[in-house]
Amino acid sequence: MMSADPQTGTKTMNMIEAINSAMDVMLERDPNTVVMGEDVGFFGGVFRATAGLQKKHGKTRVFDTPINECGIIGVAVGMGAYGLRPVPEIQFADYIYPGLDQLVSEAARLRYRSAADFICPMTVRTPFGGGIFGGQTHSQSPESIMTHICGVKTVIPSNPYDAKGLLIAAIEDNDPVVFLEPKRIYNGPFSGYYDRPVEPWSKHDASAVPEGHYRIELGKAATVRSGEALTILAYGTMVHVTKTIVEEMGIDAEIIDLRTLLPLDIEAIETSVKKTGRCLIIHEATRTSGFGAELAALVQERCFYHLEAPVERVTGFDTPYPHSLEWAYFPGPVRIATALTKILKD
Amino acid sequence: MPETTPQKEAGRPASNLPPLSLHIPEPRYRPGDTPDFGDIDVPAVEATLRPSEATKPDAMRELSYGLVRVLDFDGVAKGQWDPKLTPERLRVMLRYMMLVRAFDDRMFRAQRQGKTSFYMKCTGEEATSVASTMALDRGDMCFPSYRQQGILIARDYPLIQMMNQIYSNRGDHLMGRQLPIMYSAPEHGFFSVSGNLATQYPQAVGWAMASASKGDSRIATVWCGEGSSAEGDFHSALTFATVYNAPVIFNVVNNQWAISSFSGFAGGERTTFAARAVGYGIAGLRIDGNDPLAVYAATQWAADRARTNNGPTLIEHFTYRSEGHSTSDDPSAYRPADEATAWPLGDPIARLRQHLETLGEWDAERHEAQTKELDELVKTTQKQSEKLGILGHGMHQPFETMFDDVFEELPWHLKEQCAQMLAEQEAKFGPNWKPE
Ligand SMILES: Cc1ncc(C[n+]2csc(CCOP(=O)(O)OP(=O)(O)O)c2C)c(N)n1
Repeated sequence: MMSADPQTGTKTMNMIEAINSAMDVMLERDPNTVVMGEDVGFFGGVFRATAGLQKKHGKTRVFDTPINECGIIGVAVGMGAYGLRPVPEIQFADYIYPGLDQLVSEAARLRYRSAADFICPMTVRTPFGGGIFGGQTHSQSPESIMTHICGVKTVIPSNPYDAKGLLIAAIEDNDPVVFLEPKRIYNGPFSGYYDRPVEPWSKHDASAVPEGHYRIELGKAATVRSGEALTILAYGTMVHVTKTIVEEMGIDAEIIDLRTLLPLDIEAIETSVKKTGRCLIIHEATRTSGFGAELAALVQERCFYHLEAPVERVTGFDTPYPHSLEWAYFPGPVRIATALTKILKD
Repeated sequence: MPETTPQKEAGRPASNLPPLSLHIPEPRYRPGDTPDFGDIDVPAVEATLRPSEATKPDAMRELSYGLVRVLDFDGVAKGQWDPKLTPERLRVMLRYMMLVRAFDDRMFRAQRQGKTSFYMKCTGEEATSVASTMALDRGDMCFPSYRQQGILIARDYPLIQMMNQIYSNRGDHLMGRQLPIMYSAPEHGFFSVSGNLATQYPQAVGWAMASASKGDSRIATVWCGEGSSAEGDFHSALTFATVYNAPVIFNVVNNQWAISSFSGFAGGERTTFAARAVGYGIAGLRIDGNDPLAVYAATQWAADRARTNNGPTLIEHFTYRSEGHSTSDDPSAYRPADEATAWPLGDPIARLRQHLETLGEWDAERHEAQTKELDELVKTTQKQSEKLGILGHGMHQPFETMFDDVFEELPWHLKEQCAQMLAEQEAKFGPNWKPE
């Protein structure tokens, strides 16, 4: 539901609408912005993120592509080199792999290898994460693979307001950005309890989204909740799951929503962990070599003498995402509560 | 040890069917064999008709299976494809091709002398880049693979800059980041070369699509080897090009060999590479890649076609890689030493020279003099370049440049890593050390 507030120039938007609005604003402001991907044109995308954009901005600005991720990203590299700002959509993050070489070896390195003769200002948008019964090929969280590529920025919003401001900043950025959209929270924040109804975004402050142009600087985390007992580092869907459990357990946790994994807001992390002395890292992606491992190492390197307990990680398991057992895979309330109890014990 | 991996097997009924057999392609000749290419079909020059640039792809399929030629083996230009270039233009073409060869020879030797790590020649394939480039407009963007030094030379890119790149010296505009020969020259319409094969195919299509969507008049053109045409990117590019009718020219340089693997490993035993176009509804031309006039004519045809919104063209340049794949290759280990001389389509420089001589526009003395002049030019340029350093003789770029251009701005983690590296260098060389 979108309702306009004439006083503030904001509208109530869910995440899909906010993302749609970001592209709309950029298509309007910058004639070089183009939106492309499987089903994004006439139909407006399987998640409706591009709904109405083709009608408004025309078929050469917003168009459907063949089912060919290597082509989508490779073509976007050429468009970026020409001087456009392509915003390709990969229908599900799981399908970024067929286009990964174009991202890793081409988009990410073009500036470096050509000493800035050519740049690739593209933003690859893609829905990621599980919890929608998508099975193993519609649920993965590839963020640590993205952050391991030199030359790509990785952004993950957790609410409508951030999603729009971050997406605009990503599109305006002159480097390639992977914009991972936590699809579980497209329509409302997720508590972590799969059997509870999802509250719509309209009940939350972050759904008041300015209609026009604004940016949220890439590389800046947000403090979701201040606290003294421990620091919790999370992003995307897990920000909300974490918040629910912390509130239920009545823990005075400081929750930091990283928002951009690369470049990372190391200052926010360091300041918080030095204050609380404890750090819990939460992500949905598989554990081994996950982004949590990077965060744990950074915290250990920078805050070791301030730590009162070992840094803990709560993550998905090292298995493919199972279809019917997805709630057993998901790092939900029990797994987080157990970790919280453990880290606060001493 | 189990005989097979523990897959669950389908019930296999008793059967009198013949056993299936797997085909592993094998080139016709191996070292020690006498190559005989007598069965390669080389149609008469006049035999190939030239359709209009607006012809629908399915009305010109035979051109994907034939061989467009202009120069016959007596050096006479004939037939509908003759681009009718002036003698002056032909001499310019000859000069560029000879310059490429002189450059290749000297840089190959420089590698052998240990002045750089690597080099790749295009001997025998000079026409496939020089003549194509001459048929394009200066504003058209070329997406080269690694054997198209002829593009830069035909666009008068400074030789010294090519050499500086090859030596990774302090004049290297790419600051020593790229393998030798992986140039980048946007102002010459030369896209940055990638080490990953065929990746530039979809990129060229994207550039062409962007140009079309902006109502520009510039087109894109891209090269790959027949070996790399087996990459998925190649097929992605053709799909996108046909879907959006992109103004792009695809060049497949079929020089018969991909390192030690002959063209059969890219599917060349079954059909031509130009015929890949047929299934996509794209115009396909198979041409004599050792005939500079055929290369020029085909490119001009394809460029006109693209520029008038008649769509993409795939050109297979049928040629032969006369030298090793690179300075790291020994072709005598996998093919007969005299295969190149047995190649029925001759040498592109010799053929253009013969043509000009037949026209009375060139002679042995002038050729001799030009060979000398170009060798001299390359030699003097090399000396100038070497003054700026050669690979392995010290480090030539300011250390911090290693971290530049990963992103537009340096993020904190790269700043920290840069500081760490500078501290290491200071510990090694002292505080006042500067690159040569
Ligand atoms: C994606 C990729 N795979 C493998 C290689 C290693 N490689 C470099 S050149 C080459 C052979 C290419 O042959 P072809 O495309 O026919 O071009 P040619 O060298 O004959 O001009 C290979 C396999 C590479 N550079 N990139």
